This record gives sequence, C-alpha cells and structure tokens, in this order.
Amino acid sequence: MAHSATASSEAPAKPRILEREPLVLNNRSYAWITNRICGIVENRQPALWWWLFVPSVFLTGIMVFGFVYLISTGVGVWGQKQPVAWAWDITNFVFWIGIGHAGTLISAILFLTRQKWRTAVNRASEAMTLFAVMCAGLYPAFHVGRVWMVWFLAPVPNANAVWQNFKSPLLWDVFAVSTYFTVSVLFWYLGLVPDLATLRDRCKAGIKKTLYGIFALGWRGGNRQWNHYEMAYLLLAALSTPLVLSVHSVVSFDFATSVVPGWHTTIFPPYFVAGAIFGGFAMVLTLMIPVRAIYGLHDLITEKHIDNMAKIILLTGTIVGYAYCMELFMAYYSSSKYEGDAFLLRTLYGPSVWTYYAMFFCNVIAPQLFWFKWARKSLLWVLVVSMFVNAGMWYERYVIIVTTLERHFMPGSWRTFDATWVDNWTFIGTFGFFLMNFLLFLRFLPVIAIAEVKGVVPQSNPHHDDHVERGVHELQPGVFGNPELPNKA
Amino acid sequence: MAKTTLKRVHGYLAEFESASDVYHASEKIRDAGFQRWDVHSPFPIHGLNEAMGVKRSSLPFFVFFGGATGTLTAFLLAFITQVEIYPTVVQAKPANIFTTPAFFPIMFELTILFSAFTTLFGCFAFMGLPRLNHPLFASKQFKKFSDDGFFICIEARDPKFHQAETKALLEEIGGKNIELVEDEL
Repeated sequence: MAHSATASSEAPAKPRILEREPLVLNNRSYAWITNRICGIVENRQPALWWWLFVPSVFLTGIMVFGFVYLISTGVGVWGQKQPVAWAWDITNFVFWIGIGHAGTLISAILFLTRQKWRTAVNRASEAMTLFAVMCAGLYPAFHVGRVWMVWFLAPVPNANAVWQNFKSPLLWDVFAVSTYFTVSVLFWYLGLVPDLATLRDRCKAGIKKTLYGIFALGWRGGNRQWNHYEMAYLLLAALSTPLVLSVHSVVSFDFATSVVPGWHTTIFPPYFVAGAIFGGFAMVLTLMIPVRAIYGLHDLITEKHIDNMAKIILLTGTIVGYAYCMELFMAYYSSSKYEGDAFLLRTLYGPSVWTYYAMFFCNVIAPQLFWFKWARKSLLWVLVVSMFVNAGMWYERYVIIVTTLERHFMPGSWRTFDATWVDNWTFIGTFGFFLMNFLLFLRFLPVIAIAEVKGVVPQSNPHHDDHVERGVHELQPGVFGNPELPNKA
Repeated sequence: MAKTTLKRVHGYLAEFESASDVYHASEKIRDAGFQRWDVHSPFPIHGLNEAMGVKRSSLPFFVFFGGATGTLTAFLLAFITQVEIYPTVVQAKPANIFTTPAFFPIMFELTILFSAFTTLFGCFAFMGLPRLNHPLFASKQFKKFSDDGFFICIEARDPKFHQAETKALLEEIGGKNIELVEDEL
C-alpha cells in the first residue's frame, strides 16, 4: 500500500482516512470533459447509431399504426375483455412509468443525499424518464376507448356540466402522472441550461448556434446566477423527491383502493415504489453501458458508477422480493378466502402460473448475483441481470393485473386473457418510440451533465491548492484527489 | 452621413487560471468594497458566495407561496366542484367536508406543480434570464467561460470603478488577459 500508517510507536496513530475512488478517471481536464461530451453532438454519429435509429423509427411507425388501427376499428382489437379489462394497457402503463423513476431518483434523491457519483448518469436517466413517461401516457389515453374524449380527464366540466370525480384514484393518477412529467421536464431543462450554453459557445454562427442560443437563454455562468441556479436545483430536487415517491404510490392506489383480492393490501405503495426504482435502474444500466462503450465515456462513467447502480438493484430487488413474500404471508395470515385463493391461483394452479415464477426468478433470484463483486465488475453480467430485471418487472405488472383479473370473485365470469397482434406490436412499437427519442437525445443534447461533472473533479475545489501548499496531503493522502498523489492504495 | 457608433464601457474582464485563483481573487475584490461584479465559471464553485460576499438566494421564500397557492387551488377545485356545485356520489362515497382526505393526493400534486413552476420562473427572474444578448458576449475570450475559463468582470456601474485603478487591482490579484469590454449604444 502506498501510504499505510507509518506512525512511530511514540506518536498516537493517526486515523486512516478512507479514500474515495475518483469520479473522473485519469485526471481529465475541463477542456477534455467538454470536448468529449460535446464531441458526441458535434461529430458524425457512429454507424451503430444509424443501425439503431432506422429500426426504431420503423417500430415507432408500427406503434402509430397500432393506435390508428385501434381508433379506426374499435377497442376490440385489443385483447381485453371482461373480467380482464385492464389487460396489457395498464400493465404497459405501469411498466413504463416505473422505468422513469430511476431518472428522478438519480437526479433528486441522490442529489439531496450528496451522492456525487450521480453527475455522470443523471442527464441520460432524466431523459430516459421523460421518454418512458411519454410511452406510459399513451396507454391510459387509449385505454379510455374513445380517445377523442380523453379531455374528460382534465379538470373542466364536460358537456353535461359533470365534474371529474376527485375522490377517484384514477383522477389522482392523472394529476400525479402529468405533474410528474411536467416537473421532470422543468428539472431536466434547468440542468441543461449551462450545457446548452457550452454548446452555443462552441458552435459556429448559424441555425444551430441560434437554436442552442435561444434555449441557453443567454446564460453567462456568473456566480450570482449560479447562486440562484443552485438554489433552484436544490428546490426542484427537494420537490421531486416526494413527487417520485408519490407518483408510484398513487399508481398503486389504482389497485390498492379497490376490493379485488390480490390488490387490496397496504404494502402496495412501498412495494411499487421499490419496484419502480428497481426496474428504472435496470433500464439506466441497459442504456448507459452501451452508450459508455460506443462513445468512449469510460473515464466519466466509471466502474464505480456501474457498481453503485448494481448495488441499488440488489437492494431494491431484495425489497421487491420481501414484498412478494409478504403478500403471500398476508394472504395466509388474513384468513381471507378470496385473498388466499388469489395467491394459490397465482402460484400453484392458475392458468398463468409460469409468469409468477418468471417474475420471481428475474426480480428476486437474478439480482442476488450482485452480492458478488465479480458480477458487479463484469459489464456482461450487469447487462444480463439488467435485462432479466427489465423482463421481470414487466412480468410483475402482468402477474398483478392480468393473472389477478382472470380469476375474479365469481368463477362463472372467469376467462383467460390472450394478447392480440395489435397488443403485441403496439407494445414492441413503444420500445421503438423510446429508443428513437433516446437516440435523438444523444444526437442533439449533451448526454452527460458537463457543468456538474466539472464540479466534482478535484481541481474544482477552491481549496484544492491550499492544502497542497500547507502539506495537509501528507496527513490525508489522496483525499483531495491531488494528481501528484496516488489516489488508490 | 457616416454612421457613428457610440460605445459605453461595460467593465473590465480578467481571466484567472483555476477555481482556486478566482476564489482568492474574489476575496480581495470583496474586501476592496466592490458591489457590481461577478465571477464567471463553467460550474458553480463551492463556497464562492462567501468569498464574494453574495447573500443566499431568497428563492425558497417565493417558492413557499407558490406551493401554498397550489395547495389552495387544488383544495378549492376539488371542494367547490365535488361538494358545492356538483356533488358526485360514486360508489356511495359521500360529498362533504369530511371527504377532504380523498382530495389530499391532488392537493399534494398541485403543491409540487405550482412550487416547481415558481422555482423555475423565479430562478430565471432572479438570474435576469432570458436575454438575447449581453455586452460580455462581445468579448472573444469570454466564451471560454463555458469550457474551462474563469473570469471576473467588474462593471463600470460600480461606484468604486476607476478605469486605471480597477485594472491595476485586477493585475495585482493575478488576472490575465485583462480586457475592457464595451457595449454598443
């Protein structure tokens, strides 16, 4: 070890200060950070970008076709029927809205808890949030059936002067999701302003400069501006934190306030929130690992970042596993016949038993691999587990919604749900829509928050040099990330 | 008739090498008693507010009222429509003052929404944004601020501003590439 305690026997041993791994590797300069991130926007995109972009546009077209076909033909083209009226639409809605949560978690909760590693991944995950919420929002809009009547959801009296039912969880959902989307956009945009100014200052005069200039709002990076900016960022983070927890709680109220066995439990809000963060982080990893490799961002998104996210997946996955077990326990302990049957049908003899085990394996068993350091260090395994989690979280919503509704109170109304080709293709199409938006984001906006990453490199600490002069580094090696000193033991 | 451009001095712009340099320079300018000056940097420098003598942003004060407006709006929207003008009774749920807890989710959401809008627009208002141009953008070197440049600009509006003395001060505290920035009238 480079600087192990070498205190003499007379002097009391100085406490060893735990070193942090540097957030930006190889002591990169500010200019390097700017060039690398802005370069993604300014240079030609790699061929792979086009190989992904063209199919995703095609899939978006299929999604649009699916919705047009639905409107022109009727809601019957989707597979839902009584008693499975919520079917894939709400499954996909909850799935997509859950994906979005990691973005807000990274940008808000990790900001409030001073987790500086968030800076390298927050921009992309916030963008992911927005696109996922856009995909999510489509489903309830079309689920209402007559989509041209979707304005009935807005709090204005309709033709009969009937107001919305403010006591309904479904209306709470409308407010929660639309607030979530709006606040996420504001948060994302505020974070973008300094970086848009960077792009503006690097462009030659022309339409690009004008556009970046307009959106940068005339930003000059003055400290009197940063003062308000940082306060606004802090406030938005503080506002988004309860918001992100409330959105998925409200989504869970759609279920939990009903009387349907299997839905009617108080564990739903925390269970849904943990699941959303779980699924969201898996999607962040699924997107960021390829982005890191393709654009050479290894110094900015380090192994430490991936390791941290893998640990969060392990934590939230285990919380989700606890919730699954607690649901089973409640079904047994409540002695409610219907509740018990709902879970027996899910786990033992229902028509879709295999989905429960697919869910359990993907969400609870697979992430346990992250207890091992080698699994967290291996990009391949991280990616594989993330894919399992992505699939598992979809199965979770399917299990909750479809398998529960298939077997209702009355055996006479039991029917099995089958997805139609329109269901399938529309869902696949939303992935294309999501990917297309994300690729366009990579093409036109800085994928990493430039200003924030610059703020976490060691030379950004105004007292960085002072300590070196005073020789404090001898006592606290590497704490201030002095480039002359080894950072890692 | 030949066009005459009138120019007005905006201030002195000086470049500094690092966050640390600009921090210590700020302490000196603060102690010299300047008021209208600013540090331009690519990222917020920790502790610079104290070094510059800038007060904490008063944004939270306004956001509180924004949020309170949101809570009240949501409550009135729900209460007036559900209890006063059109009591909607669905699944036998009553419509009266005691149903207020059912309005809490929406009151919560609108509190956040209104607060967020107040935060963003309040922040822009405090920052004096958006604006399409600024005298500093005329400076060629200034665009480095968004990459790796650290600048201090002391404005001519400052009561302590003196063309020669201010320049001397900036030189003394380690400013490089000192430039007199002018604004076209």
